[in-house]
Amino acid sequence: MSAEFERDGTAWISASTGTRWVPVIGLEVHAQLATQSKLFCACEVRFGAPPNTLTCPICTGQPGTLPVLNATAVELAVRVALAVGAEVAAESKFDRKNYFYCDIPKNFQISQFDRPYCTGGGIQLPSGRFVRLTRIHIEEDAGKAIHDRGDETLVDLNRAGVALIESVSEADMESPEEAVEYLEALKEIIRYVGAGEADMEKGQLRCDVNVSVRPQGEPWRTKVEIKNLNSFRNAREALEYEIPRQIEAYESGDETRFPRQETRLFDVRAGVTRTMRSKEGASDYRYFAEPDLPPLALSESFVERQRGLLCELPEARRRRYREELGLSEYDARVLTAVREVADWFEAAARLSGRPKETANWIANDVLGGLADPKIEATSIDELPLKPFDLAELIALVAEGTLHSTGAREVMGEMLRTGAAPRALVAERGLEQVEDEGRLEVWCREALEGREQVVADVRAGRIKALGAAVGPVMKASAGKANPRRVREILLRIIGEDE
Amino acid sequence: MADTDRDLVLQTAALARLQLDEREAQHLGPQFEAILRQFRQLEGVDVGDAEPTTGATGVRDVLRADEVRPSLEPGVVLANAPHRVGDFYAVPKTVGGPD
Ligand SMILES: [Zn+2]
Repeated sequence: MSAEFERDGTAWISASTGTRWVPVIGLEVHAQLATQSKLFCACEVRFGAPPNTLTCPICTGQPGTLPVLNATAVELAVRVALAVGAEVAAESKFDRKNYFYCDIPKNFQISQFDRPYCTGGGIQLPSGRFVRLTRIHIEEDAGKAIHDRGDETLVDLNRAGVALIESVSEADMESPEEAVEYLEALKEIIRYVGAGEADMEKGQLRCDVNVSVRPQGEPWRTKVEIKNLNSFRNAREALEYEIPRQIEAYESGDETRFPRQETRLFDVRAGVTRTMRSKEGASDYRYFAEPDLPPLALSESFVERQRGLLCELPEARRRRYREELGLSEYDARVLTAVREVADWFEAAARLSGRPKETANWIANDVLGGLADPKIEATSIDELPLKPFDLAELIALVAEGTLHSTGAREVMGEMLRTGAAPRALVAERGLEQVEDEGRLEVWCREALEGREQVVADVRAGRIKALGAAVGPVMKASAGKANPRRVREILLRIIGEDE
Repeated sequence: MADTDRDLVLQTAALARLQLDEREAQHLGPQFEAILRQFRQLEGVDVGDAEPTTGATGVRDVLRADEVRPSLEPGVVLANAPHRVGDFYAVPKTVGGPD
């Protein structure tokens, strides 16, 4: 890529022609549902099992077998549909998508074609755009083909038949950043409603991107599909490569270079997209109704039961944290990124009655504890520290028993051991020195020989006071309340004036 | 044989990953045509009043509980595989498949 582009909002401005090019982006996201068994058979769903140990006659496509739909998969899929405001179809059906490849033992994939289980809905991006969803459908996963071990392609069918939902968005996004935001929001929703872990590293969330570019205000042009992007970063980098590639092709004026309808693969190492094949039309998959599965009729009561199981979604929580608890957008975002953290925060904030302080402690210390290799916890619920203890610590600071430095020390110990804060404060003698007489003695000592400080403060340079606060804190072994120390110092300096 | 028949045969063969030479395509063309002619008879039926349906049996919502049962041993599932490497099925190198 040689040409330079200046980006202005969603427009890519060509340095050579000055044209404002705007990308048009739609995403297809496959997400694994958190079922114990596969979509149509009782084989276990487990990541990292030895090859071909989780298969049976159904998921290997043996003749004479019949698929039976997993009820939990339907429940989880419906929960995602409700969370994105989609309309759940009263009746949907399954279809066979026919193609030949070594990872698909039946030579067809059971999917939903013209009657998906839900349509419509959408996702609000934090940056402001609302991305509409076309549809979500239920389908089975393919197996895994491994190409980098020897001269042959090796096939593991453990994943064949695992329950997926495929969410198809409208082409409502206009930048790589919006595409990543959409992916993050969708992942968050799937995790919040308990429909799946959506862990990209484990292949539980995979995405295909459709992208075209057009001069601002002009009609859409030919779109290109980029397949199998398995991280948010890959999705962003693939788009950051593909968008200027398409613009340059158009600007070259050479029609043979113009984007054509095709599927491209992202080469992670080289950071480029390459042609994989020209796009097969939908008819090439020769979809037809799956004769082995009866239609799926979802009753209103079934759908309402799932609606009752939905928790408050992240976007709604953030709004509440900002508007009702007075938290900053940043804090609200940090606290809601993972549902368990948000639940933990709410428990601690309720107990402490001080949401702002609670949020600060979690953002600055508690989440840091999760990253500490010495503390063996992978989620906030596994920490030795419990919401009640944080609320206690906040109370100790609020009532003046503990100053902030001492509180940090106590927090460090609580994170490691789960010890109760009051006991720790007593054990370590961290209670603040409230004895006015002792504080005053230390203050007078600190001012002795610091005439310059006294002179500066008298001249209105209050900042100079810091040079005297330090020695007092040191004399008190950190147990003095710095605010009180400043008050006493100012009084003494004022007295002698 | 009309060219469209021949194209249809070759396109279908390509989708099925079958390689046909000209003679085979010529041979299959009339057979395709006969099969399609038979099905085209259905186009003559008046379905104006019939509701579209998603199934003929009236059966709905056959679901199973999400319970794990033992899978087959790799030795058993791989028994009929023409070629294997360890506990993998092995096939000719085919990078970047259709989906
Ligand atoms: Zn199975």
